[in-house]
Amino acid sequence: MLELQNISFHADDKDILKNINLKIDDKFVAITGPNGSGKSTLLKVIMGIIKPTEGRVLFDGQDITDLEVYERANLGISFAFQQPVRFKGLKVKDLLSIAAGEGVDVSKDCKYLSAVGLCAKDYLNREINDTLSGGEMKRIEIAMAAARGGKLSLFDEPEAGIDLWSFQSLIKVFENLRRVTNGNIMIISHQERILEIADKIIYLKDGVVDRFDESAKIMSELNMGRYGCGCAYSQKEGACNG
Amino acid sequence: MDELEKRMLKEVAELDSLPVGAFNIRSNGESAGRCSTANIQIESRESGDGINVYFKDGTKNESCHIPVIISKSGHKECVYNDFFVGSDCDVVIVAGCGISNCGGHDSQHDGIHTFHIGKNSKVKYVEKHYGEGNGTGKRFMNPTTVVNLDEGATMEMDTSQIAGINDTYRITKAVLGPGATLIMHDKILTNFDQTAKAEITVELNGDDSVCDIVSRGVAKGESEQDVIIDIAGNAKCKGHAECDSIIMDKGVIVATPKLKATCVDASLIHEAAIGKIAGEQIIKLMTLGLNEQEAEQKIIEGFLR
Ligand SMILES: Nc1ncnc2c1ncn2[C@@H]1O[C@H](COP(=O)(O)OP(=O)(O)OP(=O)(O)O)[C@@H](O)[C@H]1O
Ligand SMILES: [Mg+2]
Repeated sequence: MLELQNISFHADDKDILKNINLKIDDKFVAITGPNGSGKSTLLKVIMGIIKPTEGRVLFDGQDITDLEVYERANLGISFAFQQPVRFKGLKVKDLLSIAAGEGVDVSKDCKYLSAVGLCAKDYLNREINDTLSGGEMKRIEIAMAAARGGKLSLFDEPEAGIDLWSFQSLIKVFENLRRVTNGNIMIISHQERILEIADKIIYLKDGVVDRFDESAKIMSELNMGRYGCGCAYSQKEGACNG
Repeated sequence: MDELEKRMLKEVAELDSLPVGAFNIRSNGESAGRCSTANIQIESRESGDGINVYFKDGTKNESCHIPVIISKSGHKECVYNDFFVGSDCDVVIVAGCGISNCGGHDSQHDGIHTFHIGKNSKVKYVEKHYGEGNGTGKRFMNPTTVVNLDEGATMEMDTSQIAGINDTYRITKAVLGPGATLIMHDKILTNFDQTAKAEITVELNGDDSVCDIVSRGVAKGESEQDVIIDIAGNAKCKGHAECDSIIMDKGVIVATPKLKATCVDASLIHEAAIGKIAGEQIIKLMTLGLNEQEAEQKIIEGFLR
């Protein structure tokens, strides 16, 4: 489904991604690793927000390296930002209808919003400006990705800043995406419970794919403390020694 | 009314047919229809250059439409419309002017609207300005709005100039009595070599008077906008102004805030910001499938809503 060939990204004299090679056919892949290891950069390369300095990106066999963000979106790739973007004047319903690629459909919008624990009545007409809280923004961001429901949904730390609502509901959103749209999901997370339900985990470190394997295998290594700071282990123990 | 006039009516007043309630339609300087109601009386001014509109005390849930259309190239006019709203009213007034100029002469509409709003009355005022036409003649529009708010009165103004006006000088002057409220949303979009100047002056003279002014501007092409918001707090009052602009291409925007307080209990705030469209907003909309131009358009559409 997705293939990354020799992907490198340099900026500011730094090698942020170093020769990444990955072939991903799994339905649900989690990306984890320390802060600053290049996870967000990698997802942005897949979405086309960042152009890699070197390497190619293949999607369903098609070379999409030179495609623009919206062209990739129209091939069925979506992206939920780590820090959702705010707009003055545009409302939740505006973005949901752009996301769904159709006019406003209140019953559908209602479904997407209630899946992330928001009541459509209270939110559809809210402006996506700085009056929405951080957690509300994250939830709306996830609802938009669900509304797009494409072949490949990319999520950058969707659970960050979201209260305990919600964990189960959040996971339901992913399961739904998987089942209903038969789409693939790649998700950056530091959360053990998300890593556990993934089919595979990519462990990124210093811009390099340190590990890419079955979730269960990597989880047991993580739990044995092989990896430090910023990963599931340190979160679980509440200690950082890495 | 011909097709052109009908379309212009739709642009400036969102009307598909004659409005319900009171109305006065002015087309190329002549009356193209008028209707008074039991509570709203429309009369021509003796000088013949506009209308006086009287709202009886206690008029509620009624509306008055007064659209103006200019489709004759070279037509220039200066019109005075005065509104006398009694006490305890709750009414909607929809004004608006459309100029369609396909000829070689300049067309111009100067409209001076004066509102006297009585005790505890509520007025919603909507005004849209719009120009079109591919002639070499220019389209000018200079609206002046004067608002006098009596005790406890409220005026909510929604004013916009979205396209096609070469040059505009928009003056708004409001004077507020005790407990009066003014809420104003002003939107301007300029493009090409258009110029727009807006001057909004508010005097908060009564205790507990409040004003909230939001001005949004988008300057594209090589257009220029000059926005002045001037609030004076002369009593125990609250004044807030927000002047927010997007510049694109080679647009120029000058935003000048002015606050003056002559009473220690006056609280006045002015916020102003000018910048281009945030790149991350465009990228976000691109991840939803819009190309760059579509994304920009959506962002501006929302911003000027
Ligand atoms: N355009 C850029 N210019 C310079 N440095 C950059 C640029 N983009 C990212 N970086 C750096 O590259 C590294 C990787 O950033 P990235 O956002 O991908 O990390 P991350 O793994 O997502 O971290 P986190 O867990 O904190 O979200 C960081 O050190 C960051 O400062
Ligand atoms: Mg990140």
